[in-house]
Amino acid sequence: MIAAFQRRFGPALQTAFAIVIAPWQSQKGRLLVALVAIATGVALGYAVQLVNRAAVGELAQAIRFLAGEADLVVRGPRGGMDESLFPRLARMPGVAVASAMLEREVRPSGQTERLRVVAVDVFQAARIQPLLFPETADTMDVLREDTVFLSRAAAEWLGLRAGDSLALEAGRRDLRLRVAGIADAGDLRQRIALIDIAAAQKHFDAIGLITRVDIRLQPGADAARFLEALQRELPPGVYAESPDAAVRGAADPSRAYRVNLNVLALFALFTGGLLVFSTQALSVTRRRSQLALARVLGLSRRGLVRLIVAEGAAIGAAGALAGLAAGYLLAKALLVFVGADLGAGHFRGLEAALAPEPLAMVAYFSLGVAAAVLGSLIPALEAGRMQPAQALKPGDEQRVFERLRPAWPGLLLIAAGLALSQLGPVAGLPLPGYAAIAMLLFGTLALLPRFAAFALDRLPVPASSALQLALAQLRGAPGQATVSLAAVVAAVSLMVSMAIMVTSFRASLETWLDRVLPAELYLRTSAAGDTHGLSPDEQSRIAALPGVRRVEFLRSQQLLLDPQRPHVSLIGRELDPQQPHRDLPLVSESILPAHGKPPPIWASEIAAAIYGFDPGAEIEVPIAGRDVRFTVAGIWRDYARQNGALLIDRSLYVALTGDDNASDAGLWLAPGTDPGTLAAALRDALPGAQRIEIAQTAEIRRLSLGMFDRTFAVTYALEGVALLIALFGLSASIGGLVLARRREFGVLRHLGMTRKQIGAMLVAEGALLSGIGLAAGIALGWIVSLILIHVVNPQSFHWSMELHVPWLALGVFVAAVFALSTLTALVSGRQAMSAEAVRAVREDW
Amino acid sequence: MLKLRSLAKSFGGPHGRRVLTNLDLEVSRGEYVAIMGESGVGKSTLLNLIAGLDRADEGSVELDGTDLHRLDDDALTLLRRRQIGFVFQAFHVLPYLSVFRNVALPLVLNGVAADEADRRVMDMLEAVALADRSQSMPREMSGGELQRIAIARALVHHPGLVLADEPTGNLDAESGAQVLRLLRERIVSGRAAGILVTHSRAAAATADRVLMLTATGLREAPA
Repeated sequence: MIAAFQRRFGPALQTAFAIVIAPWQSQKGRLLVALVAIATGVALGYAVQLVNRAAVGELAQAIRFLAGEADLVVRGPRGGMDESLFPRLARMPGVAVASAMLEREVRPSGQTERLRVVAVDVFQAARIQPLLFPETADTMDVLREDTVFLSRAAAEWLGLRAGDSLALEAGRRDLRLRVAGIADAGDLRQRIALIDIAAAQKHFDAIGLITRVDIRLQPGADAARFLEALQRELPPGVYAESPDAAVRGAADPSRAYRVNLNVLALFALFTGGLLVFSTQALSVTRRRSQLALARVLGLSRRGLVRLIVAEGAAIGAAGALAGLAAGYLLAKALLVFVGADLGAGHFRGLEAALAPEPLAMVAYFSLGVAAAVLGSLIPALEAGRMQPAQALKPGDEQRVFERLRPAWPGLLLIAAGLALSQLGPVAGLPLPGYAAIAMLLFGTLALLPRFAAFALDRLPVPASSALQLALAQLRGAPGQATVSLAAVVAAVSLMVSMAIMVTSFRASLETWLDRVLPAELYLRTSAAGDTHGLSPDEQSRIAALPGVRRVEFLRSQQLLLDPQRPHVSLIGRELDPQQPHRDLPLVSESILPAHGKPPPIWASEIAAAIYGFDPGAEIEVPIAGRDVRFTVAGIWRDYARQNGALLIDRSLYVALTGDDNASDAGLWLAPGTDPGTLAAALRDALPGAQRIEIAQTAEIRRLSLGMFDRTFAVTYALEGVALLIALFGLSASIGGLVLARRREFGVLRHLGMTRKQIGAMLVAEGALLSGIGLAAGIALGWIVSLILIHVVNPQSFHWSMELHVPWLALGVFVAAVFALSTLTALVSGRQAMSAEAVRAVREDW
Repeated sequence: MLKLRSLAKSFGGPHGRRVLTNLDLEVSRGEYVAIMGESGVGKSTLLNLIAGLDRADEGSVELDGTDLHRLDDDALTLLRRRQIGFVFQAFHVLPYLSVFRNVALPLVLNGVAADEADRRVMDMLEAVALADRSQSMPREMSGGELQRIAIARALVHHPGLVLADEPTGNLDAESGAQVLRLLRERIVSGRAAGILVTHSRAAAATADRVLMLTATGLREAPA
């Protein structure tokens, strides 16, 4: 059979090898760069997908695990709802069993991350969540006040076993519990501590409060009708939903972040596709006469196109396979070093386990192959169009880059990109914004030869003969700009747009920090999970401390406005409604409600965007179990709370909630007061003060900006990789062009050009090309940055920022890329000065 | 003008072989010599040695009294730039330069003033009957026209020696005859020495002298 196959296909395969594969052996470097680029894109995309899928899967498992056999889950404010709701729900017709739950996040002593404490009534829970509690030698352990059961992930994290003692920071008190058992709940990887609900209410100052009720319906009950009846029974701000809906809602906040990372990965993949395009275009140019010969010998036009596209597919497949393997390893590394939330803070306390994703593997493998196939398509079609007789003539390959294609496709793409940038989000994602960026990029690449021709035509003719030739060569071959620069323009535009966006974000964050941190010293009680806060007596003591010139307190709680979305912060702080801009970084007009209208509330940008709170609108907010009407008096910028925040005057907050405690305080110091001394005095004045976070403004700024820089460090690293690959691509392209032009260099050596002059010519060409690439990349990057700042960010994360261009950093970046790419041209040009170039002319001697 | 004395050249490698042995040749200014020979006999190697693009193992190459063996790469390049003109079988006209700028290239490299260069280029284009096509691009020209551009480029800087390799190899009979006539005319009128390498007896017949290159050296071709 093998012999028959060889007889039938052997000669064809050998011919294909001779024409297609063998020439690649002399282009290993270029091949490798293209492979690495494709592999990088696939690896990034697959890794992000794997990590996110693992995190979301784990989160879903945790939600389902806690819900057990429940048909519905009732949730309300994070602080809790009145437990009197529970018996009312449990007695509703159709309910088979109900289980109340209290959830808190507390910090184990010595840890920086928090542990999720889930408190239930074991008798109720046993009927809905039978797997929740492990078997224990002493069944009374599940009811004891001083016992806790840990999930395996929590036990491993804390290094505890059954019988050990767990120390928790319960607000400003220390809480010591005995680990009664380890819940080995299947594959659950979330860190959870289980405790009796009565004990938890006592330990966490939550007497009379529950945060959730799980309901299992009687067999045959009409779930939809029951849900309607249940919703009528629930107070404002409390919602019922199925566990599946809760799973969908829990994964939602991470979606935009994940999509952003995926787009970054796609950009890397696209750069890879461009490198394949560049490599293939040069390879096809170099092999022009061989391919023409194949056509003369009987290879059809379609067959030739297929052969070249198949080459691209092979490069893509090899790169994608390498990328999948690298992606899996990268995902493992990300889970260990960055965390399941990839630095976004959506899935804290989650230990996700990685598993290969067959569907994602197929998808990213296909994307890798598709990028390479698309990269090969234009050179393949170009080769398919060539006239074999003409292409067989020596020197014909140099004519490939002479042609200028019509400008209208590029202009059309740019116009489409600009139009798309004006559209709103689709399914909550800035898909038109991303499409706009892609259109602008494609349009710029399509117009690159024309842009190059336009720029080069305006340059004066230099005195040096080498420079004259360099300029003439580039003017005569504008198509070369696309082949050499496509990947560089893409990478530079990515780098520039991200640099402008990140700088704008950072500068806006700094300005925002200045506005929201007007005091000199801040204290926060909620860091250790304290929901009680500072009592009025403690507030008075703080205000009376020597050295305190002025003090402002605020109180916040977490409300549920939509069961499909995370909790929103409601903040009560002292504020002058007449002049809110003095205390708040407003980004909208300020509207003072008319007499008789509901009191003012200020919504953060995120809350305004998610819930459609427009200035002047009247809205209802569920506070303390009832809907309260407010007038939206303005929109303010808030970078701190990703899920949105609403702000009302503190006196109104106290009146509505009856809660006059404070969770945070800002202190203005009397002249000559040392902040350190005052911090020590504060700790002395407050019980359990070691749990209270006290920080100076400068320290908070430093920590906030440090966190910001760490978040974007990965982004910078990715951009650096993309640029490095693009520079390798430029080097490979110039190297390829030098090879393609070796006869020309040979002729110039015959005519009397020295090696140095040819070197200078190539450096000048490299510098001019880099200059064009940088100019196009910077212009495109600037436009893309505007789309990122004004379209993608507001639509993804709902926050705005002002444009700040990092001139100095961009200048250094431009100089570095210019120098590197010129150096690249010089190094690549060494081939042109070798004896091989002279010999190339002798082919006809 | 050109003196070759006991020239010998071998190539190394696994299948190394001796190409030229004990080769002597003298060509004077205004003299036009044709060299014929079978493929692989070393015609290309001989031209490379004369042009200073390769170095002989033995013997010497003297051009206008200068021993090429004593020159380094830069000096050889300068000598080529000033003293030698090349006509290739495949024309090797630079595709990104206009006809005018292709012809002007040797003058630009030799630092001839722009006005003077313009005049000489136009004179030369007149001589090869391409003055009205001076601003055309090579892609717009026929094979015969391209070779006429190459001849103009080879002679515009008044070299002492013109090396032409199969200048009619890619041309039809009529264009070929026209190119050979022009080449001879310009070499002679420019008082240059000319060496034409060809397989064609008809082409060789346009030269003053016809030599045969064989494994044992150069000898006069039978009439």
